[in-house]
Amino acid sequence: MSLPTDRLYTKEHEWVKIDGATAVVGITDHAQSSLGDIVYVELPKPGASVIRSKAMGVVESVKAVSDIFAPVSGTIAEINGGVQDDPATVNRDPFGDGWLVKIATASGEAREALLDADAYQRVVDEERH
Amino acid sequence: MYTPHTPDDIQAMLDVIGAPSLATLSDPPRGLKIKQRLDVAPSRSESEVYADIARMADLNDGARMVSFLGAGAYRHYRPPAAAWFATRSEFLTAYTPYQAEASQGSLQAIFEWQTYMCLLTGMDVSNASVYDGSTAMVEGVIMAAHAEGSKRIAISQAVHPLYRRTLQTYADGMGFEIVELPCGAGGRTALPEKLDGSFAALVMQSPNFFGCIEEVDRAARLAHDNGALLIHVATEALSLAVLKTPRELGADIAVGEAQSFGLPVGYGGPYVGYVSTTRDHVRRLPGRLVGQTTDSGGRRAFVLTLQGREQHIRRELATSNICTNQALCALIATAYLATVGAKGLRAIAAANLQRARALASAIEKLPGYERAHDAPFFNEFVIRTPVAAAELAQRLQRAGVLAGVPLSRFYPAMTHALLVCATEVTSDADIDRFTRALAEEGERAVAAV
Amino acid sequence: MPSLLFERGAAGRGSAFVADAGAPERYLDAAHVRGELPIPDLTELEVARHFTELSHRNFNVDLNFYPLGSCTMKYNPKVNEAVANFPGFTELHPLAPDGAAQGALELLWRMQRELSSLFGMETFSLMPAAGAHGELTAMLMARKYFKERGEADRITCIVPDTAHGTNPASAAMVGYQVVSVPSTPRGHTDLRALRDRLDSSIAVCMMTNPNTLGLFEDEIVEMTQAVHDAGGLMYYDGANANAIVGLCRPGDMGFDLMHLNLHKTFSVPHGGGGPGSGPVGASRRLAPYLPTPLVERTADGSFALAESVPRSIGAVRAFWTHFLAVVRAYAYIAAHGAEGLAQNSRLAVLNANYVRVKIKDLLSVPYDDFCRHEFVCSAERLKKETGVRALDLAKGLLDAGIHAPTMYWPHVVPECLMIEPTETESRDTLDEFVETIRLLVDRAHADPEAVKALPQKTPVHRVDEALVGRLANKGIGLRWEPQGPRGSST
Repeated sequence: MSLPTDRLYTKEHEWVKIDGATAVVGITDHAQSSLGDIVYVELPKPGASVIRSKAMGVVESVKAVSDIFAPVSGTIAEINGGVQDDPATVNRDPFGDGWLVKIATASGEAREALLDADAYQRVVDEERH
Repeated sequence: MYTPHTPDDIQAMLDVIGAPSLATLSDPPRGLKIKQRLDVAPSRSESEVYADIARMADLNDGARMVSFLGAGAYRHYRPPAAAWFATRSEFLTAYTPYQAEASQGSLQAIFEWQTYMCLLTGMDVSNASVYDGSTAMVEGVIMAAHAEGSKRIAISQAVHPLYRRTLQTYADGMGFEIVELPCGAGGRTALPEKLDGSFAALVMQSPNFFGCIEEVDRAARLAHDNGALLIHVATEALSLAVLKTPRELGADIAVGEAQSFGLPVGYGGPYVGYVSTTRDHVRRLPGRLVGQTTDSGGRRAFVLTLQGREQHIRRELATSNICTNQALCALIATAYLATVGAKGLRAIAAANLQRARALASAIEKLPGYERAHDAPFFNEFVIRTPVAAAELAQRLQRAGVLAGVPLSRFYPAMTHALLVCATEVTSDADIDRFTRALAEEGERAVAAV
Repeated sequence: MPSLLFERGAAGRGSAFVADAGAPERYLDAAHVRGELPIPDLTELEVARHFTELSHRNFNVDLNFYPLGSCTMKYNPKVNEAVANFPGFTELHPLAPDGAAQGALELLWRMQRELSSLFGMETFSLMPAAGAHGELTAMLMARKYFKERGEADRITCIVPDTAHGTNPASAAMVGYQVVSVPSTPRGHTDLRALRDRLDSSIAVCMMTNPNTLGLFEDEIVEMTQAVHDAGGLMYYDGANANAIVGLCRPGDMGFDLMHLNLHKTFSVPHGGGGPGSGPVGASRRLAPYLPTPLVERTADGSFALAESVPRSIGAVRAFWTHFLAVVRAYAYIAAHGAEGLAQNSRLAVLNANYVRVKIKDLLSVPYDDFCRHEFVCSAERLKKETGVRALDLAKGLLDAGIHAPTMYWPHVVPECLMIEPTETESRDTLDEFVETIRLLVDRAHADPEAVKALPQKTPVHRVDEALVGRLANKGIGLRWEPQGPRGSST
């Protein structure tokens, strides 16, 4: 799957699509593929505050468990009930229907730690070796 | 002895490896070779080992004596069929069922154990077993603490003292605060009107350590009204066959000891603990869980699941550190439940009720002795004794009877109280012998005054 | 395909087993009595067929070779079963007075002493029910030890990156922060990296020796010294004790605390996942913190349960020990003596090296030096060349009636297989194992898809773990559910 260029990425394999004051967050195709069949997604509650690079949830597959780290700070505006009901959605469509949370974030929030598609691709390539 | 290697084998293998000697491969480095003579008896032949251990088994008079001991371990009739099937080599020498294709026997048996415990407790899910009832209680407490976000636990003093000691040990190391609720004169917990909102759980045992059936539903309302979970503990799993289920009584988590289902008292173990709960708390369950699925050919199959909670995946974030559990004991319990069925289990439970009441009425006829509490009971109860119960028990031991547990062992102020238990194996002759001995001691006490 | 017990039976089948005492309502107020007991009534023949059929769907040591690294699946002697079933043991209640339990107490006392001597500890507690339970016990002891010294701010637990999962889990349960220390390229824990991580916050360093790569930690004395110099304690995970019993001792290496797995090293059967037994040993410094009670020999020579451990953490379970498991281990030690145990260790090491050398041309062996009782190999090259992974090889072994080795751990080796033959396996069995691997590797090159579809000969083939995982997270699929009215089961 080629990396969408309409969003930014983290070293921990999250993607974040920022639209004004809302950041939509999910995990990348590389992440879902490494995890294998996802059986459970644990998301923060709406209204909870999250802090950049701190764990805010968990994605669990049959053989592994992975923390989801907040790529930006803010408050949880919405969570994707669909992936809680059917965790396989994250495997099937990690960049689309498999989104995890929407964070209400202050504009001007630090973006330096976020990677563009090329930079993230390099991270993935390095991990493969 | 159990190793097959001939000297030729060893030499041939060393040649393949390219090592000159066994010592090259296995000797420890430098100064770590053992220098002293080890305090281990020299090896003996199988028949000598057998005889020596038989000698030690024979020295245990307590195994042969008429016994009224209960208090968390119960002598029941163990139908030979249960152990016969459950201790086949194929179960006894099997490994943990991580490879589902190679372990359907063990996995299905655990699935059946999980189901039995759900049916008995009324809960939705039950795990593959934990070490015993006391650690099951600890695990239940940890689950409640995670669920409620608090490390404050209220527990009745009528919960088994050794279970409470275990909980306190864990609590000291894990930063939990344990608050004990006193027991009333009637042998049951003195439940307060209100419970501070900071408690994660209220822990009640029923039947309790004194044998009394508690007002668990009242305790559950108290817990829930004050934002806590209700944890039900049973040390005598047979009581689940006749009493209202923990679920019906309002428990959120039901834990306890299933040794009564076909396991010997065996000087303390191995036993088998169960941890069961409602669907809401499934992810907090410790240890292994077996689930039902299908294989690539569409066949029904069983497999360990939700391993994301466990130590081998989650490591320091695991719900518990438990790895090895009590699989074979759970299998024996499952085979016991299968062998006796509903029909047998109800009959055995009824026999326990009947024998305990036969014992109670025989004792109440003795001057100086009476039941300490009026509360309903299953197969254990406390009697008040005319002389210090500890001394009484000692004298009865010399007369060949294990009289029960003097409560002063655990509650120092209760010097004239004895906890006695009768099960389906307690005969009229046993009761007779016991009451005659008690009567003699009672008379001796009167004469001494 | 075998039915579940709940799909069999019919109301009224089977026996009552006791004389009729009537209904529970005769003795208890109806308000206390439950409704229907929804468990099946079965004839004894139905029970016999059920469990016998299930037993045919199980690998087991008495039938199959289990080269499972870190599990020590050695033969379980049947004389141990016989002595553990003496009525003098099985019918003894744990609260029987000491005077009526002298045989059991003597056995436990001897066991405490023999283990202490074998492993260089001051004394052992036989209370913990399993290895992980023993680990937790030791962590509780360490915590109390430091608290009493006014050093409760020691909150770090160092664990090698190759450690068993129970190590960090046990440490975390008592609130320790787990810090990982890497291994050197040659597969040993990195002494310098360990030293770098030592500061005044160190409480415990948990290690096993040989480590989980099967290599003896040559610098172990330097490591224990370094940890002690920093004010910490050393804990020995006894899972790999089968390489060293009778040959060297953790106490001499400098360890303060340790646990053993009687169901690994001391031939107590695995039982399909337990029961085990995880005795905890302590040096003189830490012995006062052991769980209570311990067994003592009194002045008159008799044995007693002594609740006199001076600074005991308390008790980690209600009753004293997995007694019937300890009896089995005692019989094992009694049969072998110290020299017999040492010879077992030597032969375990011989067997592991033999397989290592013979398997080298099939699977890469990253640490290709003399190993101890186990070694690791990797299917990484096979995966790159054919797409067939360690998991597929493991499933292929099942078809040949050989249980899979330990897989995917330690994490430092990709596509890892950890192999521990144990000393009770013959050269023929080991040759057959290597030959089976060879056939699988050949087949992987010729027809990788066929290997990925294995096993084909077991009662079930690869199972759908994702399906059950998703349901289980919702609390579904973890028990049989009644479909509707059926015999006694609704």
